[in-house]
Amino acid sequence: MNCAETQELIHGYLDSELDLVTSLDVQRHLQQCATCMQAYKNHRIVQAALRTSGLYAEAPPTLRERIRALTRDEMESESPAPAKAEPLAHRRPWQVLAVAASLALVAVTAWVLARATSSRPGGLLAQETISSHVRSLMAEHLTDVASSDQHTVKPWFTGKLDFSPQVKDLASQGFPLVGGRLDYLNDRPVAALVYRHRQHIINLFVWPEAEQPSAPEKMVSRQGYHLLHWAAGGMNYGAVSDLNEAELREFAYAFQQ
Amino acid sequence: MGKPQELSPFEEIVLPHLSAAYNLARWLTCNDTDAEDLAQEACMRALKFFGSFHGTNGRAWLLAIVRNTWYTRLQKCRVEEAGTPFEEEIHSGSHPSPDSAALLIAAEDRELVRQALEGLPVEFREVVVLRELEGLSYRDISEIAQIPVGTVMSRLARGRRQLQAQMAARMQEKD
Repeated sequence: MNCAETQELIHGYLDSELDLVTSLDVQRHLQQCATCMQAYKNHRIVQAALRTSGLYAEAPPTLRERIRALTRDEMESESPAPAKAEPLAHRRPWQVLAVAASLALVAVTAWVLARATSSRPGGLLAQETISSHVRSLMAEHLTDVASSDQHTVKPWFTGKLDFSPQVKDLASQGFPLVGGRLDYLNDRPVAALVYRHRQHIINLFVWPEAEQPSAPEKMVSRQGYHLLHWAAGGMNYGAVSDLNEAELREFAYAFQQ
Repeated sequence: MGKPQELSPFEEIVLPHLSAAYNLARWLTCNDTDAEDLAQEACMRALKFFGSFHGTNGRAWLLAIVRNTWYTRLQKCRVEEAGTPFEEEIHSGSHPSPDSAALLIAAEDRELVRQALEGLPVEFREVVVLRELEGLSYRDISEIAQIPVGTVMSRLARGRRQLQAQMAARMQEKD
């Protein structure tokens, strides 16, 4: 090993990045060459200086606290939150997603319901109604009443609908309530109960159905969205979300208890 | 506030490296306020992209985000306005090493060492910081800075040579 090679490898040697054989070669050269040894000593001096001059900038405690709080804020919107009496804060990231999701949800719902209730009159009228509803959605209208408290959402529908939808608190199962909305499907006003699971919005449409007191579940998928339709206790339920099928079924199951 | 104090995977894997993130941020931006902003922004981006992190080296991953965030956003550092640009051509190659004794004395002056490091061009400075202050391997540095390992070595070499020369020069100025 000569001086030129050593000068190149000296940094790897300083940083213990050389393999054993090469490192021994360098060491041997240093022991025999005063110039290279001098250079090596100087590098060591600077290395030590950098490590002991208090140059490492520790994160200030205020920064740490702020980031921890921000992180928890974000994480909270991904995990089940305990039911609160006050309405949710409005600046949640998933709300933006929800608007986009709602647009597609209504489109899917319209298609599915048209199929599911094709015997009922007014299919075309439902389409028109949905179009005007989509326009109202574009003004970011996910909920009329934004609250995670079922005792706030349920009474809100009184006087607005000719039926009283059951509103359940599913936060402990991972599906916190976001709020409620008046919607129109198949030419009649329906209740839209809005739930959330992680970052996905679930619209649960509820309306009375006299003809079929109960019907088996039907899962339909379109453009990445799933609709699960069931009837129970004289009511129709349509749960729509971009959640995967398994989790949508979990939601339905939780609601059906 | 009644919330469970269990740590999420993000808090366990990434947040312990906040100081590393801040340290790199501080040496990239050269001031405390910008460093805090940069570290915070990087942490929030890390949280957002945590789903795509499948490795085990949370520190290197977070530092890569710090560096990447900085290069695409903030790029203002005092050194670009600092006095004479260092004429590396004169000082590279086989010029004699400074006197060890003088260097030792210079090394004891913390402020002098700090200024010497701040005086490095940022491409050298970041590699020196990651190596000497953060103790990262060449491979980790290469991933964080997105450069081949050979470039890590050559930037380290040039950074270290400049540091030596700067320290010796500033020492002489003091006399």
